[in-house]
This record gives sequence, structure tokens and C-alpha cells, in this order.
Amino acid sequence: MRMTGFLSILAAAVLALTGAPALAATAAAANTAEPVPMANTTSDPAIAPKPTPADPILTATGAARAPVEHVGQPTDGWYGVQTQVTKTGEEARSFHDNILVPLITVVSLFVLALLAYTVIRFRAKANPVPSKTSHNTLVEVIWTLAPVAILVAIAVPSIRLLAAQFAPPPKGAVTLKATGNQWYWSYEYPDHGGVTLTANMLKEQSEVQPGQRYRTPADGPRLLAADNRVVLPVGVPIRLISTAADVIHSWAMPAFWIKLDAVPGRLNETSFTIEKPGVYFGQCSELCGARHAYMPIAVEAVSPAQFAAWIRAKGGTMPGAAAQTGTTPPAGLPQMSPATVPAAKTDAPFQPAPDNATTPVAVNGTAPANERQTGNTGTLSQPSGQ
Amino acid sequence: MTDSALTPSHFEAHGHDHAHAHDADHKPGFFARWFMSTNHKDIGTLYLIFAIIAGIIGGAISGMMRAELMHPGIQYLPTWLAMMPGHENPSFDDALHFWNVLITAHGLIMVFFMVMPAMIGGFGNWFVPIMIGAPDMAFPRMNNISFWLLVPAFTLLLASPFFGGAGNGWTLYAPLSTYGEPAPATDMAILALHLAGASSILGAINFITTIFNMRAPGMTLHKMPLFVWSVLVTAFLLLLALPVLAAAITMLLTDRNFGTTFFDPAGGGNPILYQHLFWFFGHPEVYIMILPGFGIVSQIVATFSRKPVFGYLGMAYAMVAIGVVGFVVWAHHMFTTGLGVNTKMYFTAATMVIAVPTGIKIFSWIATMWGGSLRFPTPMVWAIGFIFMFTVGGVTGVVLANGGVDDYMHDTYYVVAHFHYVLSLGAVFALFAGFYYWFPKMFGRMYSELLGQLHFWVFFVGVNILFFPMHFLGLQGMPRRYPDYPDAYAFFNSIATYGYMIMAAGMAIFFINLVWSLLAGRKAEGNPWGEGATTLEWTLSSPPPYHQFETLPKVD
Repeated sequence: MRMTGFLSILAAAVLALTGAPALAATAAAANTAEPVPMANTTSDPAIAPKPTPADPILTATGAARAPVEHVGQPTDGWYGVQTQVTKTGEEARSFHDNILVPLITVVSLFVLALLAYTVIRFRAKANPVPSKTSHNTLVEVIWTLAPVAILVAIAVPSIRLLAAQFAPPPKGAVTLKATGNQWYWSYEYPDHGGVTLTANMLKEQSEVQPGQRYRTPADGPRLLAADNRVVLPVGVPIRLISTAADVIHSWAMPAFWIKLDAVPGRLNETSFTIEKPGVYFGQCSELCGARHAYMPIAVEAVSPAQFAAWIRAKGGTMPGAAAQTGTTPPAGLPQMSPATVPAAKTDAPFQPAPDNATTPVAVNGTAPANERQTGNTGTLSQPSGQ
Repeated sequence: MTDSALTPSHFEAHGHDHAHAHDADHKPGFFARWFMSTNHKDIGTLYLIFAIIAGIIGGAISGMMRAELMHPGIQYLPTWLAMMPGHENPSFDDALHFWNVLITAHGLIMVFFMVMPAMIGGFGNWFVPIMIGAPDMAFPRMNNISFWLLVPAFTLLLASPFFGGAGNGWTLYAPLSTYGEPAPATDMAILALHLAGASSILGAINFITTIFNMRAPGMTLHKMPLFVWSVLVTAFLLLLALPVLAAAITMLLTDRNFGTTFFDPAGGGNPILYQHLFWFFGHPEVYIMILPGFGIVSQIVATFSRKPVFGYLGMAYAMVAIGVVGFVVWAHHMFTTGLGVNTKMYFTAATMVIAVPTGIKIFSWIATMWGGSLRFPTPMVWAIGFIFMFTVGGVTGVVLANGGVDDYMHDTYYVVAHFHYVLSLGAVFALFAGFYYWFPKMFGRMYSELLGQLHFWVFFVGVNILFFPMHFLGLQGMPRRYPDYPDAYAFFNSIATYGYMIMAAGMAIFFINLVWSLLAGRKAEGNPWGEGATTLEWTLSSPPPYHQFETLPKVD
């Protein structure tokens, strides 16, 4: 399904342009770039997962945080949108549930009622002689202007929602770069010492060789659980950057109301703030080849302190804390006992030096003002070629 | 409408036809008649047969898809693939790829080889010349090649699964369709689209020329039946949109085979460029599929209300407006590709505008029925079903038009539900309505009313059970084009598959009705629908003489 030569050039180009703005030149020189996670070396989930313990281990007990039913994942037989845990997601959900759905229901029922009445009232038996009316200017003007008024009424909250979704993240946002590959996601935290991770779908127990890691209920539902979760702090704006190494993928997270295509040669950007800790699942949402359905997205949202500890455990650094840390060895994951978490806080991971999980929410509290100021300052997506 | 248009002089023309029926009905031998045809009615019949065959194949593929999706997990794909030559022991990835081949084939077949040939090639060919009082199409030989280009096109597409299979989706997005799929199947699918596109462009030229130049005396543009208006607008959309598709897929071909990098960022290209080109064609394409349906429904509603269409000019120019606005909304298919905020705001607003002319059409159909003397034979039932189902599909379109909301629904089953409501319950309902409406005229025999009504109700129930739960799947986040899904999507997927079975039973009734009616149906008179049927085709015998209107009818 792939042409490896093309792919390596492409992947190298993507790597190069994520680091340097002058992409064309570097892309040409990228034949000798550092090894990239080629699809054919890691795409088989049976091989790729490290047989290490579940990662990240963030609860006090050392077990992976188990997902909660009905949150961050679909519910069988349910007919609404998933519970939203971001502010823009909640705004969009409210717009959809409280304005759009009632409106389209009323319009559909209105048309149905008109049809039903007409069919009964004007059936040939009840109305043997048809009228000859074929024009009524007033009626025609009304049924032109009424939809216009309704659409204008929809457009106002719709445009406001778009403006909110496009508000640039404030300073201090955590940047997550998601790269789509056939067929797994790789992630990078470029502002945190370049922490990277690769997320493959976890197979079922019946599908793996003895000794290989398989999915457990704590990992999440079938097809949604990944061997490595993306860890993000709650209450802190997240800047998501997406790109792809081979074909187009799409990073989708229903609980955040986020879907951002990952396009080779481009960097797309969006932002959101997760408001509740938890485990959230999404799936690739742009047809990308055979295993399109098998490259899930799993996000674990934790407190900023836990996030800082996790970053250090992965060998990364928190911005502004680089001078004093960076010594934590990446090998193995320390048990996150309650004692170690406060220690992490002293590293002042977020400006302005929050001491607990609520302060970053205050940072987020400034975001709405920002949103209104900057909501229509133009494109955020950055086609890398421009 | 042309309603009031029939004059005594016209009926004279009709009588004239009869007097010369012997000459007018002189038909060539079988091969010359069906393989070298220049007769618009025969070519229309060929198109209809072609569309029915393509519909059976495309519908069977969707049956395979619903079977696979009935339960979570991969059920049948490896078994099916193993039945294909050269795939005795398919790998798991090959089986998954086969899924993508199925969805691609289903989409391409239904769009390019079922709906378009039936609407434009079939009913357009049959009735546009008759409705404007013309003896035939302007370019009869070009008409023939328009049809025969479809045959190699369809053959290429059907053969492609034996050459690796094109698993890129009907949109053929680069780079999955360039370096993502080296097998020759994708080249075959692209060439199939080239041929089908050329066929449609030639057909569009033919229709535009015919409608502008061959109208009977007195048949002004503003007296043309709305079906002719709908085909005219559709022909312009085809003429303007298809060359863009041809350009886009030619660039795919050169990217694939000749080392260009239009869509390859490694060479300075941009995959998003392909999407812009594709959807600049693709959005008008959805109106190409539905506009003739609008025309068909207008004819039928007027006929069985025994009333002229309400707001004729508004109806005609609403279609023109839909056609024009349809060209400036394409990027609403690309809301998640990283468009800027102003772009998304514009495409949100522009897309909503389309709801206005569409609303005019819905209300005008109801107003046509209002005050009428309604009868409900099979075509009318389908037309009323169309009006309501198209409304349901239309309002979810208003939801999806909101760029900020669409981020959630994009590429989920919500979109699948939306476009099947406007196509599978919209365009297809219009096709069935037209088929039953014109069946007596085309084939000279009445269909079975009982089976026709039964077909409608079984099909109506089936497709609603099939597609309505997909809204819920989409709202819960289920992505499109997945052969396997998390267990939490199991319930509505199994419901949808049951809906498919009911729908398939409805189709069985249709085919029984078709065969029975052709063989044993009651002979149809020239106008089986009574005084509501005012367009010119009902002034002719059923079936019409081989060449009609040798003396042109006069229209007041």
C-alpha cells in the first residue's frame, strides 16, 4: 500500500519543516535527516508496544487511570453528542442541542403537518374541484423572508462560536504536536524538552502472542485504547498542532469538540482547554488506508502538577524550570506517590507560578477576554508553504 | 407551466402523428437500434437499463457493507476477499483494504453510474425533447456516444478490484490516491471518472443546445415544464463543474505516473489543493444529482393535484439560484482541513443561503397541493415522500453548514445520514416517482398499483430504519469509512442493518412489479393520469411513436 521511498522523503520533509521555517530547502536536504518513525517498522500494534507497565502511571496506586463510562467515549444506544469537557465544546454543544436541534425538529414537523393537512383536506373526495390559484406574492415573500430571518438568527451564534474556537491560546499554553502515521499517532511536546511518544492501538488478548501487552478494561474500550496515552493538564490552554508523515489523517476528540486534519506538508493548529480530569478517546477521522479504524487517540487529562511530574518522568522539562531540573532520568517511571506530587509543584511549571491546580484555571479565566479580542484576527492554520 | 399550453392545433399534430404512425414507427433492426442508436427514447431506455444494473451492483455492495457492520469486529471481509482471484490467503490488512474498495465502489457507482445516468441520461433523454415539442435531441450521434462512453467507464471501475482495488473513497483524496495506493486500480478508477465525465459533458452540451434551439413554436423559456428547467440548470452545472474534476484527477494521474508533485508536499505541492478542486466540482455535483429530481417532483405534484405548479417562476429561478450558489460553497466539505476563521465564517454563511431557495421549493410544492384535488397513485406517494424526506435531509444540512458545529460531525455517520437522506431518500425517491409516473408512457403498459404502493411503504420504512439511526451514531462520534467500530456503536448499527433488509425487500417488490408490468401490465392509454397531466408527452400515444412531432406542436 505504500511507496517507501516517497514516504521517507515526505516524512523527512515533515520533520524538517516542523523544526525550521524555511521548509523547502530543508526538505530537499532531508534525505539524510535523522531516522523517522517509519510506518512499516512500528505500524503493527503487536510489535510496537513496549512491554513496559502501563504508561503513564499517575494515580497514587500506580495503576493507569481507568476511563469512566459515558465520559470521553461513546455510549451504546445513546443519541446525543458526547459530554463536553472544554469550554468551546460546551458552547458548541449548547448551540447544537438548544438551538439547532429544536429548530430543525420544529421545521421538519411543520412541513410534515402541512403535508398531512394538505393530503387530508384536499384529497379528491373532499375537494373534487381544484382551485386555479398559482400565485400569491405575499405568501411567496413570507416564505422567502422567514427562512432568511431564521438563518440570520442561527448565523449569529454560529459566527460567535467560530470566533471562540479560533481564539489563539494565551501565553503559557501547552503545545502538543500530533503526527498522523499509517496507522498510529506520534506525539511531541516541543516546549517541554521534546518529550515524544507513540500511540498504537492495543490489541485484544486473543490477538497477541503470549507475553505481549494486550488491552485491559482499565486501558479503555476495544479499538479506542492506546498503549500510550497523551497526557495533558486540565485548566491550561492546549495548543494542538497536527501534521502527517504519509497520507492525510485527522485528529478527532469528540469530548473536546475538536477535529483537526493532519495533512502532510502542513501544520494545522487549534486550541482548547480541558476542564475535567479524565480519560478521553477519539479515532482517526480521515480515510488513511487499510487500518484507518485502528489508530485511536487517547488523552489522559490530569492536574498540572501531575502533568509536570509526568513530563519530568519522560525526561522532559517544564518551560521556565529548565535550569534546575532536567536531571530526572527517563528510565522507568517513578511511582507517583502523593509525596512526590507536591515536590513537582515547586518547579513552578506554569506562569505565573501556580501552586495548585486551580491557579491555571485562573490563567484560563483570562482566555475569554482574549477570545473576544482576537477572535477574528484571521487564520490560525498555517499552511507551512506560506 | 405549460399546463394551459395545449391548443387544438397541438392535438392536430398529435393526430398527425397517428396518421403517419406507420412511417414514424419504422424501426431499425435490433443491433442497429440498440447499439447504434440515434433515437433519444431508445438512448433514454439504454440509460435506464444501465442505471438499474449499476443500482443493483451498488446496492449489493451496500448490502455487503451493512452485513459487515451489523456487529462489531471483522466478520466477512476476509472470506469475501478470498473469493476473489489472486487473494486465496488474504492478510488482515488486505481484508481491511477490501473494505475501502467496497465503500469507494459504492460511492462512485451510485453517484456516477446510477443516479446521474438515470436522472439526466434516462428521464432527461426521454422527456426533455418531448416536453419542449422537439423530435429528438440536437445531436443524436453525440447522444449515443454519451451513453456508450459510460460502458467502458463502468467496466474499468468494475474491473479495478481485480487489479489491487481502489480504496481511496469516492473523493479520491490525495495523497492516499497518489503515493498512498500504487496499485493500478486507482488509475483505472480515475480513467473511469474521465470517461464518465466526458460522457456527461457531451450530454450537457446536447441538452443545452436542444433546450435553447429546439423548442416548439410558442414554447418560451418561461413556459417550459419545470423538469426541462431542472435539466437545463443541471446541464450548466455539469458543463462548468466536470472540467474541474477532469483537471483534478488528471493531476492525480500525473502525480501517480509521471513524477509531478501537484499534491505532494515533498515537491512543493499541497494535498489541500486537490480537495479544493474536487469539491469545486463535488458540491455542484450534489445539486446535479438532486435538481432533476426537483423537476420530476414538480411535474408529478402538479399532475396529481390537477393544478398548475404554484409560483412557477419562483420555482424555476430557485433552481437557478441553487445552481449559482452551489458553486460558491464548496469548502464546507473541508471545514476540518485547517481553513482560517474568516474562510470558515464565509462558507458557513454562504452554505446557509442555499436553504432559502430550497425552502421556496418545499413550500411551493405544498402550495401546489393546497387547494388541489389530490389523488395518490404510486408516483404521487413517492413525490410526497420525497418532499418530507428531503426536508429532513435538508435541515441536517443546516446543522452541518455551521463550521463550528461541523468540527464534531465532520467525517462521522451524521454526515452519512445527512447525504443519504438527500440522496438515498431524496434523489432515489424522485427517481422512483419519475419511473412510476412515466412507466406507462415509456413502455406502454401500466405498472401494478398494489405492488407500487407496497414498494413505497416497505422501502420508506426500510430506508428510514436504515439511515435515521446513523444520525445518532454520528452524534456519538462514530467515524465514517470504518469496517469495525467500538462496541458502543453496536446497537444502532444492528438496527441500520435490519433497515437495509427491509429496504432490500422493498426493492424485490420493485423488480417483481417491473417484470410483471412489462410482461402482463394493462395497456396504457396516451394519458393515463387524466386532466392534471398537461405536458406534451401525454398528448402522444403510449409508448410514443418512434419519431414524434414530425409536425411541430404549437404552444400558446
